[in-house]
Amino acid sequence: MTELLPMATSFFPDPSTDTGLYILISLLYLAGAIGFVLSLKWMSDAKTARKGIFAGEIGFVLAIIGTLLLPVITTTGYIYIAVAMLIGAAIGVPLGLLVPMTAMPQRIALSHAFGALAAGLVGIAKFYDATPDINWFVMAVLGIEITLGALVFTGSLMAAGKLQEVKWLAQRPIVFPLQKTLNFAVLGLAVLMVIILAVDPSQVWAIPVIIVAGLAFGVLLIIPIGGADMPTVIALLNSYAGIAAALLGFVLENNLLIVAGALDGMSGLILSIIMCRAMNRSFRNVLFGAFGATEAEWGEQEVGSIRSASFDEAGEILKNSRLVVVVPGYGMAVAQAQHKVRELADTLEKEGVEVKYAIHPVAGRMPGHMNVLLAEANVPYEQLIDMEEINPEFPQVDVVLVLGANDVVNPAARHDQKSPIYGMPILDVDKAATVMVVKRSMRPGFAGVENELFFNEKTLMVFGDAKDVMGELITEISGNRDSINV
Amino acid sequence: MNVSVEFIMTGLFVFALAGFLGFETIRRVPRLLHTPLMALTNALSAISLVGSIVVLGGQYTAYTTILGFVAVIASMINVVGGFLITDKMLKMFKPREKPKKPEAAEAEASS
Repeated sequence: MTELLPMATSFFPDPSTDTGLYILISLLYLAGAIGFVLSLKWMSDAKTARKGIFAGEIGFVLAIIGTLLLPVITTTGYIYIAVAMLIGAAIGVPLGLLVPMTAMPQRIALSHAFGALAAGLVGIAKFYDATPDINWFVMAVLGIEITLGALVFTGSLMAAGKLQEVKWLAQRPIVFPLQKTLNFAVLGLAVLMVIILAVDPSQVWAIPVIIVAGLAFGVLLIIPIGGADMPTVIALLNSYAGIAAALLGFVLENNLLIVAGALDGMSGLILSIIMCRAMNRSFRNVLFGAFGATEAEWGEQEVGSIRSASFDEAGEILKNSRLVVVVPGYGMAVAQAQHKVRELADTLEKEGVEVKYAIHPVAGRMPGHMNVLLAEANVPYEQLIDMEEINPEFPQVDVVLVLGANDVVNPAARHDQKSPIYGMPILDVDKAATVMVVKRSMRPGFAGVENELFFNEKTLMVFGDAKDVMGELITEISGNRDSINV
Repeated sequence: MNVSVEFIMTGLFVFALAGFLGFETIRRVPRLLHTPLMALTNALSAISLVGSIVVLGGQYTAYTTILGFVAVIASMINVVGGFLITDKMLKMFKPREKPKKPEAAEAEASS
């Protein structure tokens, strides 16, 4: 192993000869980092969150100015930079403004891919630029960084593809024998290459192997993932992308990269932990990509009889309630029913019925998915209630309207130890006086589990597309046939 | 390229402290805003743009310049797209406009 050399060949101007510029750039980076921290701090409240965006943007502008002042950048370099930035901005603006809210999960996944691509490419460029003059520590960091960049790139593209329901990508989780062994072998190969390079950084051939292994691992990681695991996976990829950026900061001797990367990595980590808890998965289990394990040949249990309600019956019951709680799930997103839901809530409120929304942390395909969709439909955020807060209220609720949610309201999670979802915290909708489930058919949910809620004597099934059903209910309640709009 | 021991140690300091700060700050973000939070941190982690600019602008070899060019484009997409989309999302999160509605409901309930 080469020794750690105390000599630095930084991009920074020499502090002893170019003191003024050195201080200026350092302060700009510091201000940038403060901007980033403030932007996250203001994100803790919906009232200040937009101010936070502004702080983040200012931070970014300062960071870019500081970087452009670096003396290593050549005159033609500035032209290239300007061109590349313009191209990036030209692609970024439509991706920021035109993507509909319903496509948000895949949009977020796609942006992880871009971030990882950039971090990975910079790492690779640094390697080829510096080899073989790289000490073992920097080489190890660089190797891990490139591996992470590659795996997040393909992993995020795969996730985005699955979420977009691209035709040639299997939506169902694919499980095959020795899958975990293969995954570990591929990851092990990358780790081995990193070790080889750390010992001897002149082994240039190892870098393509790392890249290919990383890219392959990203694909393998997502293959066994189904829709219900997506929130966890997206949060995890978010975290990995941040860690890659922080590692890059070590290689480039740039504290700002370390700060921003650490913040992003931590954010993804916190979200992953929240998602894991909400699904009763161990974090270690998720960290190593052992997803989709609950997808099993879980047997059929006793199936009772169901009661279904017609639209006018359902409308009558809703109209005569005091408190109605809507439980949205991915089905609402698929049917794009959020606006109709809001209309129904408005209609009910006009009749003097109070309406709230119960949000399970893993409802949908990414953290906070239901909140964004309902916010888009102009539901005031005070009405969006987290699981822990709404659960004690259910005994006082007259009607729960379950809309495209399934596993998150299955009481089997509380008592049936054989159920794959046993132990998962759920919304206790069965404690309400009446449960109304809007569903297209009797097909079981993602986990392949029959939902005993449907056979509960309090439950009324309302069959149909969520959007159509909402339209029908609005008509029934307002008694105005003209407003049919389906 | 050899990063100095001093920088590695300072870097670890910065990493650990930023990590703790991030943990304590982000823990306070309500679930309501988790999607905008992800979009925002995505934009922030596009700080790789700084590294990309150096690699591209430094003009080391044709090879690194091409990699840098693509890296600048990719991270710039995230910076611009990330901030725009976060703002677009946050604009949708509105409090209740008329606070008289819940009172009406309560009056109904008590009668």
